[in-house]
Amino acid sequence: MGKYTQTLTELKAGLEQADFTSVELTEELLARISAHDKKLNAMITVTADEALAAAAQADIDRSGGKGGAMCGLPIIHKDIFCTRDIRTTCGSRMLENFISPYDATVVENLAKAGAVVLGKSNMDEFAMGSSNETSFFGPVHNPWDLDCSPGGSSGGSSAAVAARFAPAATATDTGGSIRQPAALTGTIGFKPTYGRVSRYGMIAFASSLDQAGVITRSAEDAALMLGAMAGFDERDSTSIDEPVPDYVAGLGQSVEGLRLGIVRQHFDEGLDAETGARVKNAIATLESMGASTVEVDLPNIDMSVPTYYVVAPAECSSNLSRFDGVRFGHRAENAEDLLDLYCRSRGEGFGDEVKRRIMTGAYVLSAGYYDAYYLKAQQVRQLIADDFRKAFADVDVIVGPTTPSAAFKLGDKVDDPITMYLNDIYTIGANLAGLPAMSVPCGLVGGLPVGLHLVGGHFDEGTLLRVAHQYQLKTDFHQACPEDFK
Amino acid sequence: MSSAWEVVIGLEVHTQLATSSKIFSGAATAYGAEANTQACLVDLGYPGVLPVLNKEVVRMAAMFGLAVNATVAQRSVFARKNYFYPDLPKGYQISQYELPIVEHGEMNITDEDGNEKRIGITRAHLEEDAGKSVHEGFDGSSGIDLNRAGTPLLEIVSEPDMRSAKEAVAYLRKIHTIVRYLGISDGNMQEGSFRCDANVSVRPRGQQELGTRAELKNLNSFRFIEKAINFEVERQIDLIEDGGEVLQETRLYDSDKDETRSMRSKEEANDYRYFPDPDLLPVEISDEFINAVRETLPELPDAKLERFVRDFNLKPEDASILTSSRALADYYEAVLAAAAAKPQLAANWVIGDLSGALNRDGLDISSSKISAAGLAGLLGRIEDNTISGKIAKQVFEAMWDGAGSADDVIEAKGLQQITDSSAIEAVVDKVIDANPGQVADYKAGKDKLIGFFVGQVMKETQGQANPGQVNKILKDKLG
Amino acid sequence: MRPREFRPEQLVSLDKQQVQHIAMLARLKLTDDEYAESVAKLSKIVDFVDQLSQADTDGVVPMAHPLDAAQRLRLDAVTEDVERDRYQQNAEAVSDGHYLVPKVIE
Repeated sequence: MGKYTQTLTELKAGLEQADFTSVELTEELLARISAHDKKLNAMITVTADEALAAAAQADIDRSGGKGGAMCGLPIIHKDIFCTRDIRTTCGSRMLENFISPYDATVVENLAKAGAVVLGKSNMDEFAMGSSNETSFFGPVHNPWDLDCSPGGSSGGSSAAVAARFAPAATATDTGGSIRQPAALTGTIGFKPTYGRVSRYGMIAFASSLDQAGVITRSAEDAALMLGAMAGFDERDSTSIDEPVPDYVAGLGQSVEGLRLGIVRQHFDEGLDAETGARVKNAIATLESMGASTVEVDLPNIDMSVPTYYVVAPAECSSNLSRFDGVRFGHRAENAEDLLDLYCRSRGEGFGDEVKRRIMTGAYVLSAGYYDAYYLKAQQVRQLIADDFRKAFADVDVIVGPTTPSAAFKLGDKVDDPITMYLNDIYTIGANLAGLPAMSVPCGLVGGLPVGLHLVGGHFDEGTLLRVAHQYQLKTDFHQACPEDFK
Repeated sequence: MSSAWEVVIGLEVHTQLATSSKIFSGAATAYGAEANTQACLVDLGYPGVLPVLNKEVVRMAAMFGLAVNATVAQRSVFARKNYFYPDLPKGYQISQYELPIVEHGEMNITDEDGNEKRIGITRAHLEEDAGKSVHEGFDGSSGIDLNRAGTPLLEIVSEPDMRSAKEAVAYLRKIHTIVRYLGISDGNMQEGSFRCDANVSVRPRGQQELGTRAELKNLNSFRFIEKAINFEVERQIDLIEDGGEVLQETRLYDSDKDETRSMRSKEEANDYRYFPDPDLLPVEISDEFINAVRETLPELPDAKLERFVRDFNLKPEDASILTSSRALADYYEAVLAAAAAKPQLAANWVIGDLSGALNRDGLDISSSKISAAGLAGLLGRIEDNTISGKIAKQVFEAMWDGAGSADDVIEAKGLQQITDSSAIEAVVDKVIDANPGQVADYKAGKDKLIGFFVGQVMKETQGQANPGQVNKILKDKLG
Repeated sequence: MRPREFRPEQLVSLDKQQVQHIAMLARLKLTDDEYAESVAKLSKIVDFVDQLSQADTDGVVPMAHPLDAAQRLRLDAVTEDVERDRYQQNAEAVSDGHYLVPKVIE
């Protein structure tokens, strides 16, 4: 069997035992991408030459005893992270030809740990979308059913990991953009606490919500990779100066005695019955392992989607103002004057959903509407964060569904923004409150994966990873592989 | 100006803070570099970059706040001011809006009648400067240089407390003096490190309600500020008296034509969509920090002036000139420290000959060709009667031209004062003998002729005779 | 779970003029078709988020940020090397080290 079937942790052991070299592994995965990505469109840029050079260097480092935690391990970066001298598109026509002159801190940290980057994955344009259909580079297809969406915005990363193009990929999550695609592709999606991973070099969507994380196949892999990319960064004012614990070392402890919170509203109408059944089953498994459950109340959680759709567009409308056709990015030809240059460069460079969100943001911040929308949303955000604070006084982890249902068909929701937005109904709360959260595969519905959603207290990534790892020791949902990619 | 009208002026001063690096990035702030060579990725607003606040900027703002007796906020917040302009790379300016770092300050100026007047300082907030657009030399295009983008600015906003262009200038000069005393800005107006906008309105004297104001921009020298305000006041009064109405608008001062004109390009209703910058957290300032800053506050101009008058017995006008810049005051005190010269004599020299020479050569006190110790040496020779005040001017010029110390010059040119009474008597006798007519007139009661005789003696001695002795000997001999 | 119900009598739908104003604020040129679609979709979004008006937020301190922390301060030191020519490779119009825009009239 090919090495591609192995997890990050298994491959690390294989490299350590010299069962194979990083160059051999990298060659195999590059060949796999080249053979299969036509079906998925998970990659925007494949960096074969750079990957092979990095792999060769990793092999030298390893033989010299110098390798870092990720030495020689192949990964894929979501194309939202700036990569020096390599095209960084953010899924947009605006940045179709943008060559970043610098590396994001996440990219730098993983490079220092020895990771080998195979390429950059497809994504919703500027991370705005839940289906990967807003990408300028075309939609990504779900490896479990090519007619379905792999979720978004990190759909390229989730599809690539599910299809075994790489054992791990970076991703970002503003309202669910790591966890929802992970759930829909049967992978682990981990979003750390806001401030745990540097945002420097990650192209901003909504600065107070964005957080970088990982998509892997096992919780153990997520722990390994997160350890390599997290940590304080002096270039990011919102990066927290807290030591990063050894996440891998903490995985072994059982879940016995852990208190799991269940939010009643999460199992109301709106949740597909089959999906709900898989999630309840997963919770029952955790209970059988010694965890207890407590019902918790998040009285304002039903306001999380509208709150998000004020806060995120407001921040994005401002963050995306820098794309004006002057210093980088798409520039309209033959502009008549400055205004024409701005309006056409932006009109042509941005896709529909991005324009819609920019306009929503400009509207909610504009004179006369600020108090009713933006300020009000900030107040409701406080209420939601308070609800979580109170809940975590009584429980260690909140558990529930990651998405209302399994993967939907490409094209199904693209015409109705609200239906699309509601796909993130269970995940957005964690972003608003800045909490760590993850999705863990917990079974199939009609042949398509669904996920168990875990939310933890601030900086308590360790407990989430431990619960997920212990669950994966008892179950094999994460080992399921889509038929065409076995 | 018609006295039926009262003029109301408020000023917004933008002063660049004299830091080494920018407010949110580690790029250099030096003036005059080649285009875009001091604009790093953060200053260019590159995708993915983030701002981190410069500590020095916070210290300087706090220092200013303490100097104008203001409240330094324990918590202030940076917001984004959103608008598109080529010199604004991110499409928003990071500024402070609802919660500025400094609020409720005040400052005294001397008004036109010589009275102290209090001017309120509404607030001072931190923000980033924009880049520059260059309109010439790019063939139908404008060139954008972002070197200045991200330079720290402190925007100081006054209450509408000034009632004339002269008061506005007095206020501005005072702010200018204070920021330079504090060492937080070089105050260089030519290089744009100290800029001013003026809100000007008029109202019928006695009316409480403020008139509609125009905002004057591009006021880049003290002289232009006065002229621009005066022009604008006349314009508004004429307009109203002719039955017109003042529009609330931004007007640009054109120094070539000495007029203000409407900036139509800026008239499009601005909706800046301010909101807290999510890339930056609230700035919190502790009491310890404030106290530490307070300890580093230098003596401020008002206190220094008071001390100069009190301790050195100077005329207030002189003390005011000497304390107008910290460097000048320091120079003056260094002269006093180095010589036993009388404070008023030293003041006269610093304000008179030294300032004249500096002006003539376009030099700053810091690059004076005569050091404080050098000037002290010269004053010492006046005090000990080696030379007269008149000869001293000659020595000063020689020193200025690099001829060495006062003693070197006196020695080389043989300028020592004649204090030998018998030598002076001989000359006096000669002058009396040569002017019998004047002697007769003097004796007949024309006392004023004493000046004539002194002049003749000084002429004979090429100014080197001690004037006091000459006077005394003449009076003795003329009876 | 579903969001609270819409209250159709309070719909705040946007009209074309408002959308044009917003598009101008955001410096976005839209085609006529895009305008039609934007009016419909933005109206839907605004009506959707308008349910926030139902939340009781009296006296609630607005939350600008998930981190309850203060701004960290950087020492005043020049740490950046500026590689102008490399940065300007991403710009389409550059002359003599300047970025070019259509002439700005002041």
